[in-house]
Amino acid sequence: MTAIPAPAATRRPMSRRSRQLLMAAPMVLLLVTFLIYPSAQLFLLSFQKGGGFSLENYQRLLGTPVYLTVMMLTLKISVVTTIFAVIAGYPVAYLISILPKAKKGRILFWILLSFWTSFLVRAFAWIILLGRNGVVNKLLQTLGISDAPIALMYNFSAVVIGMVHALLPLAVLTMLSVMENIDRNLTRAASTLGAKPGMAFWKIYFPLSFPGVTSGALMVFVTAIGFFIFPALLGGRRETMITQIIIEQIIQTMNWGFASAVAVLLLVVVLLVFVLYDRAVGLSTMTGESSARKGRPGRKGIFSRIGDAILTGLGHASDAIIGLFPRRRAREGAPRPLVGFVTVLLAVMTLPVLLMIPLSFAESGLNWPPQGFTLKWYQQIFNSPIWMSALTRSLVVGFSTAVLALLIGTPVAFLMVRGRMRGKTALLAFTLMPVVMPNMILSVGLFYLYAKIGLVGTNLGLIIGHTVIAVPYVVLTVMSVLRNYDTRLDLAAQSLGATPIRTLRLVTLPIIGAGMISAFLFAFTISFDELTIALFTSGGMSATLPKQLWDEVSLSISPLLAAVSTCLFLFVTVLIVAVGLLNRRQK
Amino acid sequence: MSTLETQGLGKVYGDFVALAPTDLKVEKGEFLTLLGPSGSGKTTLLSLIAGLAEADSGRILMNDRDVTHAAPYQRDIGMMFQNYALFPHMTIAENIAFPLKMRGTPAAEIKRLVQEALDMVRLPHIADRFPKELSGGQQQRVALARCTIYRPSVILMDEPLGALDKKLRDQMQFEILRIHKEIGGTIVYVTHDQEEAMTMSDRICLMNGGRIAQLGSPADLYFRPQSLFVADFLGEANLLEGRLVSGADGEGVVRLGDASEIRVTLPRPLDHGAAVKVMLRPQNIRLEDTPGEGLNARLRSWSVTGASTKFFLDAPALGSEPLIATRATAMSHDAPEPGRDYRLSFDPRDAVAIPADEAA
Repeated sequence: MTAIPAPAATRRPMSRRSRQLLMAAPMVLLLVTFLIYPSAQLFLLSFQKGGGFSLENYQRLLGTPVYLTVMMLTLKISVVTTIFAVIAGYPVAYLISILPKAKKGRILFWILLSFWTSFLVRAFAWIILLGRNGVVNKLLQTLGISDAPIALMYNFSAVVIGMVHALLPLAVLTMLSVMENIDRNLTRAASTLGAKPGMAFWKIYFPLSFPGVTSGALMVFVTAIGFFIFPALLGGRRETMITQIIIEQIIQTMNWGFASAVAVLLLVVVLLVFVLYDRAVGLSTMTGESSARKGRPGRKGIFSRIGDAILTGLGHASDAIIGLFPRRRAREGAPRPLVGFVTVLLAVMTLPVLLMIPLSFAESGLNWPPQGFTLKWYQQIFNSPIWMSALTRSLVVGFSTAVLALLIGTPVAFLMVRGRMRGKTALLAFTLMPVVMPNMILSVGLFYLYAKIGLVGTNLGLIIGHTVIAVPYVVLTVMSVLRNYDTRLDLAAQSLGATPIRTLRLVTLPIIGAGMISAFLFAFTISFDELTIALFTSGGMSATLPKQLWDEVSLSISPLLAAVSTCLFLFVTVLIVAVGLLNRRQK
Repeated sequence: MSTLETQGLGKVYGDFVALAPTDLKVEKGEFLTLLGPSGSGKTTLLSLIAGLAEADSGRILMNDRDVTHAAPYQRDIGMMFQNYALFPHMTIAENIAFPLKMRGTPAAEIKRLVQEALDMVRLPHIADRFPKELSGGQQQRVALARCTIYRPSVILMDEPLGALDKKLRDQMQFEILRIHKEIGGTIVYVTHDQEEAMTMSDRICLMNGGRIAQLGSPADLYFRPQSLFVADFLGEANLLEGRLVSGADGEGVVRLGDASEIRVTLPRPLDHGAAVKVMLRPQNIRLEDTPGEGLNARLRSWSVTGASTKFFLDAPALGSEPLIATRATAMSHDAPEPGRDYRLSFDPRDAVAIPADEAA
């Protein structure tokens, strides 16, 4: 028998602290240099005028009624959007959470498809849909509701429709993360204890899902407040939101100081919302784990008693309404009205983009119904050097971003899940900063920085900017993969003589591979769809696909753009399906 | 009058028969256990009774009222879930008060009853705490209080002790029995633990493959199993192959493989010449040190398993499977040498003949 020598202990392993430092360093460096530093720069700029300290920017901002009007309108649009998105999204998330696994995946697919289809493509779809000769107008005329095209676009409701449509998936996914953790036995228990369905829902399920509602609302609101695509494309002259002011100040007048002041105001509002949220519900609910209140024995406050009374009332009302209808015998499936509502909603979410596809092949332009069949728009795209260079650039930037984000984010995820260290929460909060901070602020900051160091119009500049945005998503995805990974497999490998590096290469990575590829594709998609950073730091022959699309949409609406949008949409569909298949194979 | 009755109650999932049409009567005040391996239909039967699943055939009667298609909240049941299912956003008092609130009990009355219930489960001082702050055993007691406080006519328990460790389990078994006595309710209890079933039940309904295998008192099932499945499921059993030579009045003679004959008990009449298996519990076999007339066996090995010592024996009469006999463990016993011969003796009342061809 040959004895196999134990692998020689080569060099002393690094101390734990320095290894942890090394794992987090790239990301910390990235965020400090390209997120915190530029933002701080903006902050300083906002207090400057003509080279010295001045409050003039703020005086102008707060002293000009039009800016306050814009701020109020921004808040109004965001609040209305949030309310609609959460109310419409709740039943969807609820249905997904109660369905068996197989059916769950099917609905989730449509949600994810909408989620990852770029805002720009969806806004464009609504332009076609709501236009004078669009589907909606044609439908109204066919049904005899109106006899001439009516103006559906360029007003407040068009903006809200577009934004609700855009942010509904985000609301659903955020609420779902909480609902998935609610024990289904609880409503059953309530039922055996004598609660009718309405009462069981309002007194048991709803309070438990409430953290999901609030965190969903927070996510939607914070995203909505930084939007400029929808008000710019679907709104009229009155519907201007605050980020549009920033764009205007930068692109048209190069007034850095004033643009910075607006950006600071936006950031203050966002931070204020977070602080208020933390006071009211607690930020810890965002992680979707604990839904129970922290134990504080003693009497309950007046608010919780009022809330309780309201819920009881809602319970009685719901049961009274349910009692009007004959009871269905099969109570094992999901309630049919719920399934109906969700089906309609999913159709409304998906149809606008799908309806755009036939128009991209039509000879009749963007008028509904499409007539004739032509590939000329696609030919034009593929023969156009501008579009092709934009496509190439988007692919190169997307791929590089994904690689870089994975290289930087993965060690951090390992550290968060496996590492024993203090300050994990702080590190996670730091990692999530790019998610919280409106992209517009990051973009303006980067533009200012890039202008100084010559990165404007370069691929590298775009890659760095996109990596900043994509890294948090990579960290979160890899973290969730690692949480499901049995670390005893590593110990087993090491007990059999594998060094940590070889364990990683031979055992860990092959098993978590699919999750890593998902993270890669997410990062790629984020970059591929990104417009805000590209808006400033790319242009002309150095535009990315979304930037090129944005420029053209702003100028004129043509079927060519429907063709481009269709390509983008199909590309995302392929990616989503790929991720889905990967995850299924893994299970 | 039976409190709960099922008539031809059945449930099918696609091709899988989760519960074949089943008749079952539960008397008022009875503690009935549904026992069986996983997939035997016991949980399905419980879910149907609770109204958490819809029956495909048959009827459910509660106090002679047809509740087959009634919703759970219309059934006058209480249910204890395996993971307790305490509402995490409510205090303990609110949890226990929940069923009373659903029934419109006046607030003052609720307050009194909740305190009474907490006293009953011996947790008088935790009313304002939240479930998360309690230990598993405490949550268990709260769940028990919650599903009994409104005195439902039937209390259903779905493996309520499954998540507890052994010691706490024993304690809670005792606790559940005490409360059962105190409130005098009818309990239908699901478990896959045969020891738990034997300890607690008035009657056991042993299930297998979606059917009732045998229904009776723990002693009935243990000493008078009517099928091989029942003999095998409850406790350890030696099964000796043979043929019935003669039999009448519950007694008979069986000829074993080596032509030796033994006297046995017949729980039900069998044809002469029928293939049978004779069940002998290990603790009922006496090992006589001097070989002689009757069954002889040679010691293969032995091991101490705690309170009893197990002997594995080879006997030509019994085929290749070793015969197992147990003796109380004691220091005073000599360590026997493997290869030693013993004579086996037993009381005919402990040897039960079971038809061999019956489907398990």
